[in-house]
Amino acid sequence: MMRMIGRRLALGAFVMWGCVTLIFVIVRLAPGDQASVALGPDATADEIAAARTRLGLDEPLVVQYVSYLGRVLRLDFGESYRLGQPAMDAVLSRFPATLQLTVAAMAMAIVAGLILGCLAGGRPNGVVDRVLSSTAISLQSFPTFWVGIMLILVFALHLRALPSAGSGSLSHLVLPAVTLALPQTAIVARLTRSSLAESMQDGYVQTARSKGLTEREVLVGHALKNSLIPVVTIIGIQTGVLLGGSVVVENVFAWPGLGSLIVDSVAARDYAVVQAAALLIAGVVVVLNLLADLTYARLDPRIRVGAGA
Amino acid sequence: MSEPLLDVRDLDVFLPTRSGPVHVLDGVSFSVDAARTTGLIGESGSGKTMAAMAIIGLLPAGAVTRGQLWWRSEDLLAVSSRRRRQVRGREIAMIFQDPLASLNPGQTVGRQVTEIPRRDGMGRAELARTATHLLDRVGIPDPAQRTGNYPHQFSGGQRQRAMTALALAGQPQLILADEPTTALDVTVQARILDLLRHLRDTEHTAMLLVSHDLRVMAHVADDLVVMYAGRVCERGPAQAVLREPRHPYTKALVASVPAVRARTAIADPLPGSPADPAHRPAGCAFHPRCPLAVLRCRVERPTVREVAPGRWTACHLAEADGLPDAAEVRP
Amino acid sequence: MTTTSHPVSTSVGHDAATTTPPLPEMRRRSARRVLGWLRFLPHAVIAGYLFLAVVGPLLVDYDPMVTSITDRLLSPGSTTSDGSTAWLGTDGVGRDVLAQIVLGARTSITIAVLTVTVCAVIGIAVGLVAGYVGGWADTVAARLIDVLIAFPGILLAIVIAGLFRPSIAIVVIALSAVGWIGFARVVRGTALSLRERDWVSAARVMAVPRRSILTRHVLPFVAGPVVAMATLEFALVVLAEAGLSFLGIGLPPTAVSWGQTVAAGKEYLEIAWWISTFPGLALALLVVCVGLVGDQLTARYGGKR
Repeated sequence: MMRMIGRRLALGAFVMWGCVTLIFVIVRLAPGDQASVALGPDATADEIAAARTRLGLDEPLVVQYVSYLGRVLRLDFGESYRLGQPAMDAVLSRFPATLQLTVAAMAMAIVAGLILGCLAGGRPNGVVDRVLSSTAISLQSFPTFWVGIMLILVFALHLRALPSAGSGSLSHLVLPAVTLALPQTAIVARLTRSSLAESMQDGYVQTARSKGLTEREVLVGHALKNSLIPVVTIIGIQTGVLLGGSVVVENVFAWPGLGSLIVDSVAARDYAVVQAAALLIAGVVVVLNLLADLTYARLDPRIRVGAGA
Repeated sequence: MSEPLLDVRDLDVFLPTRSGPVHVLDGVSFSVDAARTTGLIGESGSGKTMAAMAIIGLLPAGAVTRGQLWWRSEDLLAVSSRRRRQVRGREIAMIFQDPLASLNPGQTVGRQVTEIPRRDGMGRAELARTATHLLDRVGIPDPAQRTGNYPHQFSGGQRQRAMTALALAGQPQLILADEPTTALDVTVQARILDLLRHLRDTEHTAMLLVSHDLRVMAHVADDLVVMYAGRVCERGPAQAVLREPRHPYTKALVASVPAVRARTAIADPLPGSPADPAHRPAGCAFHPRCPLAVLRCRVERPTVREVAPGRWTACHLAEADGLPDAAEVRP
Repeated sequence: MTTTSHPVSTSVGHDAATTTPPLPEMRRRSARRVLGWLRFLPHAVIAGYLFLAVVGPLLVDYDPMVTSITDRLLSPGSTTSDGSTAWLGTDGVGRDVLAQIVLGARTSITIAVLTVTVCAVIGIAVGLVAGYVGGWADTVAARLIDVLIAFPGILLAIVIAGLFRPSIAIVVIALSAVGWIGFARVVRGTALSLRERDWVSAARVMAVPRRSILTRHVLPFVAGPVVAMATLEFALVVLAEAGLSFLGIGLPPTAVSWGQTVAAGKEYLEIAWWISTFPGLALALLVVCVGLVGDQLTARYGGKR
């Protein structure tokens, strides 16, 4: 168990290094370096040259890379020329809003997905199963931004029940969170359904039935826990996807989160902020994966206790 | 003989398949007496496992059952599904073939073994005592410690012992054991069979033992039911059936096992392959492989009749004193 | 003697199976035949989209630069100033929505086809090497994938497409950056299982060069799962591309795309719902159909997502 955690931590550290390197490479390949972008189109050649020297852009790439790594290790992600504040501060000030949205959406998706998945998987080919499998495909097929716009059209503009944009109250959270949650619900429900339907074929389920349990007791008491492992994996992965994917939905609802910051920073070539935001999200994803691994161990004693009598 | 504990009468089971329903059990009748072990033997596809599943009521979804399953004074095929569930585990319990697959990997053995009393609202301390006692009864050493372990921490034989403890937990009068030793090492098999025999002797639990292995039957069965292609071909006291088979199929089975056949150590493998219940031959299902088959066997299905006291067989040619030799039948 | 002479009682399966039809099971042949034909409906819809993508510019006369103040925000079915009918209405600067959908299909499908091709080529190459050669090659590929999936796909695409000059090529590159991973995983799994098959071992024993073994003995078996994967990837790429163009990232402003039209319609949502609604429906219909075909292929080839 401890060895497993150690291995996962080492892998996490490696992945973070890879992410830092990848971002470095992308930024270096992009046309227009930080110096000319930061100084704007009116800067003279001399000013740009001076800035390049100050930013270390004249050094060989390897030297730049090493000093960049060093700064990242000291958690120094540079200054946002656009906002005039440290890049990571800007990112962290926006992060709570995105986190709030992601957590709300994922919580809805998990609750609704597990319930629907159990109803469908407990009775394969039943009514819930058929309705679910056909709606699930369409829920995943609509672009989220369009779903968000349609929800605004119906609930904000026609019914006037909920605000269409902005943040600050719980009612502001509803539409963006539901928009994000819909496809995730479909994903969680489909996976729960197939995993549960598979577990219901397992030998220990027959044993449980042979004890005289009702189908519901068999499902809740025996099959469900063993079918949750793939569901936990997908929840871990999808939470990360939501963190990044909420960019588009935040844009639709003018939600003041990381998404709009990233889009604006990319458009303005504010490299420092782009790097800081990407690394923060990558870091959160790595942590989420680690948490998912620990959850397996809780669900499956074969991982927790180790084999052998 | 007293009233049997379980009386299976004319049991038919149809399983749905892609090419339509298959008649996997065709008019199966046999009984299980209290405190005795009845062996249900046959090759794969003979329907022996289906018979056990039909008795406990856990046939695959879509299966259709006809006939009667008299359990003491009620027909289990006629009672409500609620009553059926009550019977499961508490009156009729089941031990499955593969103990690893049949135990829940995510729960401790102690918890699984005591699920029935826990549903009845037994207290924590009492449950722990019950679990220890159950594991002790099936011969697991250091039972109090082992209740907290998970199935993967048990050895193969211990898992089957735990499975047996699980079946005993509801204090059933009948235990169905479906190939309980097939998934185990040969050395472990004998010990599990000894355990089952010991349980019959000490707890007076009746058992229906399903197996393809004649040696297992010779070891533990009191009565024997021989099945072929979803039908019963012979039944009677185990020792008598094995010593003097009254059906050519039983005879061939016995001849194919060197340890059971006393005189020679050489086995005669059964020629041909088992009949598929989906394409059961007309007449006697065994006739294509039968060395004695005559014209009548191809056209007329033999009924199960009593040829000698306690000896029932479904062979046209069987008589009170046994089967004719192949030479007498063939011109 | 008949076997069912005592049908005293009939019971059905266990509790979970009470919905079973009675014996004998009758199948409604005609219903099945209709369903059989319905299976090909998604194929037909996709063919329709492909047709539009190829010949679209011949069918509609549309210039994104030409605007008409008099034809602004016409509702679906209105007649425009030049006498034609705007079946799906016009947008905020008087451009026909249906024409934008037709041309958007071209953009969307071009990008999706290119991206899926690039992803498939990279993914097959990486997967074959990782699965067949194994060892360090497998480890390197696995770690590279670990790094790439730490970024949610759309985020990496936004960063790449946003930092470079807008063009179709950069959108394809941005979407391919993580899109190849699915192919690599599927191919790696297949290659790994094939490696130990007899005919592959035999070829190895006979000193057939590794490259010929890969192309002749392994590659053909990879085709099925790859095709199934390609349809799923196609759907994902169409969605992701729409997301990028909705944000105004990646494509040059002159390009016509569904995402841009939806974004443009958002500010007129209250008075002209059709601008945002129809391109989204067109996109969803394509993605649903591709998804259905993909499910059929996945069921047939057993490819994994």
